[in-house]
Amino acid sequence: MFQRLFAVPALVALLFSACSSPEVRLPILGEREVHPRADGGPADTVFATVPAFRLTDQAGQVITNKTLAGRAYVADFFFATCPGICPKMQGEMLKVYTQFAKDPRVVFLSHTIDPAHDTLPILRDYAQRLGITDATRWHFATTGAHGEPTAKDTVFQLAHAYFTAALPDKQAPGGFAHNGTFALVDDQGHIRGLYDSLNAAEVARLLAELPILLAEIDTRKAQPVAQNQ
Amino acid sequence: MSPRSLISGGLLLLGAALPSCFSNNRHQGQRLYAQHCAGCHGEQGQGLARLIPPLAGSDYLAKHRAELPCLVRNGQHGMIVVNGVGYHNVMPGNKTMSTAQLTNLLNYVESHWGNQAAPRTIRDVQTQLDSCRRP
Repeated sequence: MFQRLFAVPALVALLFSACSSPEVRLPILGEREVHPRADGGPADTVFATVPAFRLTDQAGQVITNKTLAGRAYVADFFFATCPGICPKMQGEMLKVYTQFAKDPRVVFLSHTIDPAHDTLPILRDYAQRLGITDATRWHFATTGAHGEPTAKDTVFQLAHAYFTAALPDKQAPGGFAHNGTFALVDDQGHIRGLYDSLNAAEVARLLAELPILLAEIDTRKAQPVAQNQ
Repeated sequence: MSPRSLISGGLLLLGAALPSCFSNNRHQGQRLYAQHCAGCHGEQGQGLARLIPPLAGSDYLAKHRAELPCLVRNGQHGMIVVNGVGYHNVMPGNKTMSTAQLTNLLNYVESHWGNQAAPRTIRDVQTQLDSCRRP
């Protein structure tokens, strides 16, 4: 009897917790690998992560996966002289940034796809003109800070990994064709959302989904490390 | 056939023929703006921070009125000052727009978002285009 009495509040608590925090979880995008376990137990699923990268931002700081680990970030691909979709895209990114400017749990990362032209001073000027004074909040980054000959290939591969199409195109305005995808990446490097920046409804979806991801990361950080695995 | 039915038949014919006399150019300026300009300058001509100059309430439009047809056709390079702020982004030109299209586009921009310039005629714009410096 006693046991039953205890069970009632537990049940109520369970119901309430289910009501107050509906279990909405953003998907993990990309290929996943299933590794069978040697002992015949349930197979391990390994989810795709953003590949290793090494960038330099407008402040001259090196940005790698480690720099961003533990936080969410929103990534896009642009170039400073882009007369096509970039102003619209970066204007939309600015709207998202403005809402989360003071939230240290999320940072912003714009990659230039024209590293030959977009040197650090040009990226710095671009950031300042957009009103971004703190490079640690919104990185405008290049794969070619030191004139690396492979810089363009590197950033195109990186764009591909973020599901953004980017390639040189003489017919496109500014010499590059690319689409304005925003990628939302979690604290562990998984891509959790892709949004078309040229579509207002998609940007609104990003604004709605970012807090869901931040809550998930908060929960993960509150749990002991062992449970994260 | 009675005179009345002749008249009404004639009116009907006229009614059917009239719409084809008018081209759908009434909103051409607005359409061209949305197609070629709004991506950078914004749907309301607001520009973008200090990267892209605004067209809304822009003193540059009034001060450089006669140069604007050439600016749109050949593009803009180098620093320009709009409402006291310097901008240096490159604006691509548009060589494919006809004089009439350019006129409609400029008339649209110059009569919206607080801009109140007198309308241009195609002839004015053609004269200004004829005197464009070679880009």
